[in-house]
Amino acid sequence: MTLTSEADAAAEADPRHPSPEPAGARAAMPTRRRRQRTPMTWIRGGGAWNLAFLAPMLIVFGVFSWGPIAQAVIMSFQKTNLITPATWVGLDNFARVLADPNLGTAVLNTLYFAVLALIFGFPLPIIMAVLMSEVKRGKGLYSALAYLPVVVPPVVAVLLWKVFYNASPDGVFNTILGWAGIPPQPWLQSSATAMPSLVIEATWAAAGGSIIIYLAALIAVPPELYDAAEVDGAGIWRKIWHVTLPQLRGILFIMLILQVIGTAQVFLEPFLFTGGGPNNATLTVLLLIYRYAFQNSLGGDYGEATALSLMLAIFLGLLSWLYFKLTDRWSTN
Amino acid sequence: MTATSTPTGPLKAKLSAIVRRREKDATDTGADRGVLSEHDRKRPSVRVSTTAIHVFLFVGLVVAGLGPLLWLAKAAVTPTQDTLTQPFALWPNGIDWANLSQAWNDIHIDQYFLNTIWVAAGSWFFQLLVATTAGYALSILRPRYAPVLNALVLATLFIPAVVLLVPLYLTILHPPVIDVSLLNTYWAVWLPAAANAFNILLMKRFFDGLPREVFEAARTDGAGPLRMFWSIVLPMSKPILGVVSVFAVIAAWKDFLWPLLVLPDPAVQPLSVRLPAVQSQTELDVFLAALAISTLIPVVLFLIFQRLFLRGAGLGGAVKG
Repeated sequence: MTLTSEADAAAEADPRHPSPEPAGARAAMPTRRRRQRTPMTWIRGGGAWNLAFLAPMLIVFGVFSWGPIAQAVIMSFQKTNLITPATWVGLDNFARVLADPNLGTAVLNTLYFAVLALIFGFPLPIIMAVLMSEVKRGKGLYSALAYLPVVVPPVVAVLLWKVFYNASPDGVFNTILGWAGIPPQPWLQSSATAMPSLVIEATWAAAGGSIIIYLAALIAVPPELYDAAEVDGAGIWRKIWHVTLPQLRGILFIMLILQVIGTAQVFLEPFLFTGGGPNNATLTVLLLIYRYAFQNSLGGDYGEATALSLMLAIFLGLLSWLYFKLTDRWSTN
Repeated sequence: MTATSTPTGPLKAKLSAIVRRREKDATDTGADRGVLSEHDRKRPSVRVSTTAIHVFLFVGLVVAGLGPLLWLAKAAVTPTQDTLTQPFALWPNGIDWANLSQAWNDIHIDQYFLNTIWVAAGSWFFQLLVATTAGYALSILRPRYAPVLNALVLATLFIPAVVLLVPLYLTILHPPVIDVSLLNTYWAVWLPAAANAFNILLMKRFFDGLPREVFEAARTDGAGPLRMFWSIVLPMSKPILGVVSVFAVIAAWKDFLWPLLVLPDPAVQPLSVRLPAVQSQTELDVFLAALAISTLIPVVLFLIFQRLFLRGAGLGGAVKG
């Protein structure tokens, strides 16, 4: 820490770094340069170099990040289909999105996915990480095994699981269920089981990443805290409850909201597994946005698509703001 | 590092010690104890349960982590009928090695593989280019307006990617200044990938921690900003360059929706886009062989660079936290 603060102080004293000049002259430079600023002194002071180094970022962010973000706001108030010139339509796009009967379905489905993903996917990596951190030998092997599904390209994972979910009694999962005497399930074929099937695959694909993050956080728990808890006579469960989990609190809060934000934008699984079916049972908000813009027989309705994505973004923004406001007190003390 | 630019003597020793310490911090298993104390471990009931945990972890992780991949490897060389009727039987009717060559030649896995590598290589290059130059400018050169730019970059982290989808697509169709559509060119994938605020954040944080004395010394020796960047800052930043590289390559390898939108021409599509498209016209055994081949390279890369991957994943958490 001292290193950074020293560095900060040094940089504060001399914010614009001089170009190569004799060291003696440089000591007097800062005061002199402030007196008169001309393009020449700007270049000498490294201004041109600064811009040269910033140029790749400014171009790439300007064209492919800041620009499109601004454009999204503008487009949501316009009617655009790339053929006729864009016209201002006020809140028309928003009104049409809100009137779409599919919107309710999509929102409920996304909510359902998010809740299921929380139930299946949130506690599992925590439990695994706590268990794995207690293992003395073979931790490296376990971490590698846990992380393996994350390495499999998501598209491959979904296509492979689609084979696993074969609804015939000889399908991979149905065979396994058969060993336990459970009758074959329809998996992706029925609207009741389609969404849980998607969530199971998504959990499998993502758990490894969270496990590694929790393992890293567990390492940072000061061992003195456990020693102290033992002096106070705490058993294993009380140590987990009163030391481990409180120490992980910060990262748990962050991971929870990140997971919610991520699942609210789920696209790959419903798109590749079911295409939103059966009977719109897996139609999610992102899939609906995709349909508005890119699967529209009448030509892309870009205004409607951006309007919906903005609404989703604003909702997520408000949600995270509220979440951090509420958890701020718990996560700091 | 060239001889002229290398900081010498004690400075260098200090430097490498700092870099080494950073590496150690990130990978070290750190505390030598967790919830269980030595005393706990000696209790018979605890011993039994730790053994049980061992078995549970091993079996569970092998089944869940390795199982699907092993099954895929088996199914890749099994005839379709066997896979459909007896998914867990080991080659009841012999091994069908021809699946692999058929996948490679008929589905043109080789070509899509090259496309994938090309997508990943370009994304890697542009992400590193933007992240290192921007991190250097914002952290070390630090012009007066740096905090404003920094805030603008960080702000994009809070915008969900979905907001960008449509306007970014339209930008690719009609980019500013040059009026040529970037559709079906790799620029359409590389450049948006380079606008990654997380990379810049990681890079800037690392550069912020580098010792300023080195830069002062280099400046005294007459090193200009470019030389300082290339010969001092970059060689000192190998750990973070490795992490950002891993992130960049993995993200490019995984990406699906964006390349699907901007690379509609099958000739330039990467594997992730091509595989779902060919599924309906391919026999199951050949398709599974194609899936297996596409999984092989990332898995092998992971096994080789395991430490780098896992360190990167842990670091992701550290930054989030």
